[in-house]
Amino acid sequence: MQLAVLGGFAMASLAPLLHQWFGAQTPRVMALLPAAIAAWLLGQWPVIAAGEVLLLEWAWVPGLDITLTFLIDGLSWLFALLITVIGALVLVYSGEYLHGHRDLPRFLVVITAFMMSMLGLVLADNLVTLFVFWELTSITSYLLIGFNHTDPAARKAALQGLFVTVGGGLALLAGFVMLAVAGDSWSLAELVQRGETLRDHALYTPLLLCVLIGAFTKSAQFPFHFWLPNAMAAPTPVSAYLHSATMVKAGIYLLARLHPALGGTELWVTTLSLVGALTMATGAFLAIRHTNIKTLLAYSTVMALGTLTMLLGLGTPQALTAFVVFLLAHSLYKGALFMVAGILDHETGTKDVTAMGGLRRAMPRTAAVAGAAALSLAGLPPLLGFVGKEAMLASVLAAEAWRPLILLLAFTAAFLTLAVAAIVALRPFFGAPRETPTSPHEAPSAMLAGPALLAALSLVFGLAPGLLDPLVAATLAGIGAPASGVHLALWHGLNLPLALSLLSLALGLLTYRYWDRLRARLACLAPLMARGPEAGYEALMAGMVAFAGWQTRLLQNGHIRNYLAMTLLVLVGLVGHALFFRHTFTLDVDLDVYLHEAVVAGLMVAGAVAACVMRSRLAAVAALGTMGFSIALTFVLFSAPDLAITQLLVETLTVILLVLVLFRLPRFATLSTPLERLRDLAVAALTGGLITLLMLSVLSGERLPRISDYMVANSQPLGHGHNIVNVILVDFRALDTLGEMFVLALAATGVYAMLRFHARDHATARPAPPRESDDG
Amino acid sequence: MEPLIAVAIGILFAAAVYMMLRRSIVKLVIGLMLISNAANLLIFATAGMVRGAPPLVPEGLSAPVGPVADPLPQALVLTAIVIAFGVLSFAVVLVRRAWEIVGADDLDKMRDTDT
Repeated sequence: MQLAVLGGFAMASLAPLLHQWFGAQTPRVMALLPAAIAAWLLGQWPVIAAGEVLLLEWAWVPGLDITLTFLIDGLSWLFALLITVIGALVLVYSGEYLHGHRDLPRFLVVITAFMMSMLGLVLADNLVTLFVFWELTSITSYLLIGFNHTDPAARKAALQGLFVTVGGGLALLAGFVMLAVAGDSWSLAELVQRGETLRDHALYTPLLLCVLIGAFTKSAQFPFHFWLPNAMAAPTPVSAYLHSATMVKAGIYLLARLHPALGGTELWVTTLSLVGALTMATGAFLAIRHTNIKTLLAYSTVMALGTLTMLLGLGTPQALTAFVVFLLAHSLYKGALFMVAGILDHETGTKDVTAMGGLRRAMPRTAAVAGAAALSLAGLPPLLGFVGKEAMLASVLAAEAWRPLILLLAFTAAFLTLAVAAIVALRPFFGAPRETPTSPHEAPSAMLAGPALLAALSLVFGLAPGLLDPLVAATLAGIGAPASGVHLALWHGLNLPLALSLLSLALGLLTYRYWDRLRARLACLAPLMARGPEAGYEALMAGMVAFAGWQTRLLQNGHIRNYLAMTLLVLVGLVGHALFFRHTFTLDVDLDVYLHEAVVAGLMVAGAVAACVMRSRLAAVAALGTMGFSIALTFVLFSAPDLAITQLLVETLTVILLVLVLFRLPRFATLSTPLERLRDLAVAALTGGLITLLMLSVLSGERLPRISDYMVANSQPLGHGHNIVNVILVDFRALDTLGEMFVLALAATGVYAMLRFHARDHATARPAPPRESDDG
Repeated sequence: MEPLIAVAIGILFAAAVYMMLRRSIVKLVIGLMLISNAANLLIFATAGMVRGAPPLVPEGLSAPVGPVADPLPQALVLTAIVIAFGVLSFAVVLVRRAWEIVGADDLDKMRDTDT
C-alpha cells in the first residue's frame, strides 16, 4: 500500500512523459492507479467489516519514532475509498474538461500528487507522517487553486488558501507535539487507546485548541471559511475533488480520528457543536447571496463541513451515525454537482445560474444527474441525503447543551440548503431557454459518467440504506462509538425530524420562489459582509507587509555601519548572556609580567588609541606602525620568531603602501555628531570588553591537550625540517598555504586592475581628483 | 602575561570597532588594519604564551628537547598576517579608486551604484 502511494507520487512526476506517449488518453491511463487502489481496498472489505484494524508497518526514521505505517480501519478505509474512487472519476472527467489544454500535463502532475498526499493523510498512523501529508495537501492544493496562474484572482485565492491552511498547519504541528508528549506516543493507533490519560493531562486544553485550529482552517470552519469559496478559482475538476472527497475533509477526518482520544469533554462538545452549527448557518446563508454556480456550491460545502463538525461535537452514537451517513452522502452528491457545474460551464460558457435557463431540452441526461444529486443535497427522499439529514435533525433534537440555538442554526441551514439545491438543479434546466455565450450540447459521456455514477450511488443507497449498515458500523468503530445496532432506514415514521423536514421544504421552496427579490434585499448587507473575517485576513496581511516594511527600513537602512553595530550588539548580548548566566564565570589567572613586556603591551595599546584620535593622517600611520612593531616584539618575546619576521615585513610594506596611497586620499573629516561618536564608543567598548572577558574566561578554564603534538614529533622525521612552523605551512597544512597564495594572487590582480583603470582614465583626460600634498 | 595581553587585545578590538563605525572611508581602512592585528594577537595569545621556547628542532635531533610553544596557532597566524595584508592592500586601492570616482569620502554619500 505504501508502495502504491509512493508510486503514485512517482507517476505524478512522470505525467508529462506519459502525456507524450498517450496524448489525450493520459488522464484515463493515470486513473488506473487510484482505481487499482480502490479495488485493493474493496478487497480488504471482509477484514474491515469484521472490525479488524490493519496496520501495515513500514519504518521510516526509526531513531525518531517516525514510521510510514498505514492504519486501515473502517474510518480510514471509507475515506481512502472515497479519495480513490472520486479521484479516478475526476481524472477521467478532467481529461474531457481540460481537453487540449496546454497545461494538461502540469495539471495531472499536481492533481495526482494531491490525491496521493490525501491518501497518505488518511492512512498514516504516525503523527509526523500525517503532518507531512497534511502539508503536502496544502501545497498541492495551492498549485491547483492557482492553476490559471495568469489570472491575478486565482493567484490571490491560491495564496489565501495556502496562508490560512498552512497557518493552521503550524498550530496543528504544535498540537501534535503536545499530543505526543501527553500520550507518550506518535502512533495514532496507540493514542486512541489512551483517551483517559489524554483527557486528564494538563496539556489537554492547549493541545486540543491547537489541533482544532489546524482542523478548522483546513475544513473551512467559521471564521476561517472564507478561503474555500475563493478557491473556486481552480478548474472545476479540482473543485469537485477538493470539495467533495478530500482537502476540506482532511480536518473532519482528523477530528473523527482523534474523537476517541480527545472527544467527549465539555470543551470538545461546546466548541465543535457551536462552531459547526455557526458554520452551517453561515455557509447556507452566504450561499444564497451568490449567483455563480460554483460559489453557491462552495458555500453549501461550508454548510456541510459545519454539519459534520457539529455532529462530531455532539458525539452521541446517533450523531456519529448521522456523521458517517452525511459524510458519505455529501461526498457523493457534491462531487456529482461540481462535475455538473463544470459541464454547464463547459457547454454554456457561463457560471452564472441566472444567465442559464431551459437547458433540459439540450442536455436531458445532465439535467437528470443534476436533479438526482440536488435532491440528495436538499435532503429529500428517496436519496441518501435525506437519510443523512433526518439523522442529523434527530441528533440535534437530542442535543444536551445549547439545544435551542443549535436547532435554530441547523434548521436555518437546512431550509437554505434546500433553496440552494433548487437553484442549482432547477434554475439552469427549467424555465425559458436563454442565450448563453456558447450554444449548449449534451456533455460527452466521459464527462457525464462520473457524476452519473455518483448520483446513482446516492439513489441506490437512499433507496436501500440498509446496504450501508456494515460500512457505518465499521466506520463508527474507528471513531470510537459503539457500533452495534446500527440500522439505517429511509422511513422512520411520522416523527419530529420529518415534520421539521417538511417545514424546511416549504420554507426552502418559498426562498427559491422569491430568490431574486431576496438577493436584491440582501445586497444592502454588502457593507456588513465587507467587514467579515476575510477583511480581518486582509488587514492581517496588510499589517504584516507594513510591519515588514517598517522593520526593513529600520534595520536594512543601507548604512553598513548600522548593520555592523547591530550585529555586534547582538553578538555582545547573546555571548555575554551565555558567558554570565549559562557559564560560571571565574577569574583565575596569575599575573606574572616583566617590565619590558608591559612596556611593549603599553606601546601597542597607545599606538592603537593614537591611530584613532590623531587628526593627521601621517601621525595615524605612524601610530599604526608603532602598534604593528610592538606586536612583532611581542611575537619575539613569546617564542614566535617566524611570526615576528613576517609581521615586521608586512608592517613595513603596509606603512609604505599607506604612505603612498593614503596621501592621495582626503584628509580626515569630522562627519559624526558627538552623540553618534558616544554611541559608537559604547558599541566599541562593549565589543572590546566582551573579547577581553571571553579570553580571560578561556584562559582560566581547563586547558585541553594540544593537537599539534603529532606535528612537533614528526616535523623532523617526516617533514625533514627543523622549524616546525615552516614544516606545518609547507607540508602538514600545505593546501592552506596554497589557498593563501591564491588569495594573494587575487588581491594582487585586483590591485593591478584598479591601478590600470586609473591610468586609462587619466589617458582619457578625466578631471583629476583634488590632490592633496600636505598631511594636514 | 595573558591577562595583560587580554586587556590590550580588548582595547585593540574596541579601537578597531570604533574606527569601522566612522563615516569617513579612510578611517574604515584604519579600522580594518586594527581588527586584523587584534584578531591575530587573540589567536596567538589564547593558545598560551610561552617565553623562550620557540618551536624549533635542534640540529642533529629529531624532536625538540623539553616543551616548546604550540606551533599550530603560529602557523595559522602567519597565514592570517599575510592574508590580512592582501585584503588591506586591496581595500586601500579600492577606497582610493572609489574616492577618485565618487569624489566623496563620506560613506553616506556612496549609496548610489550609478556613479
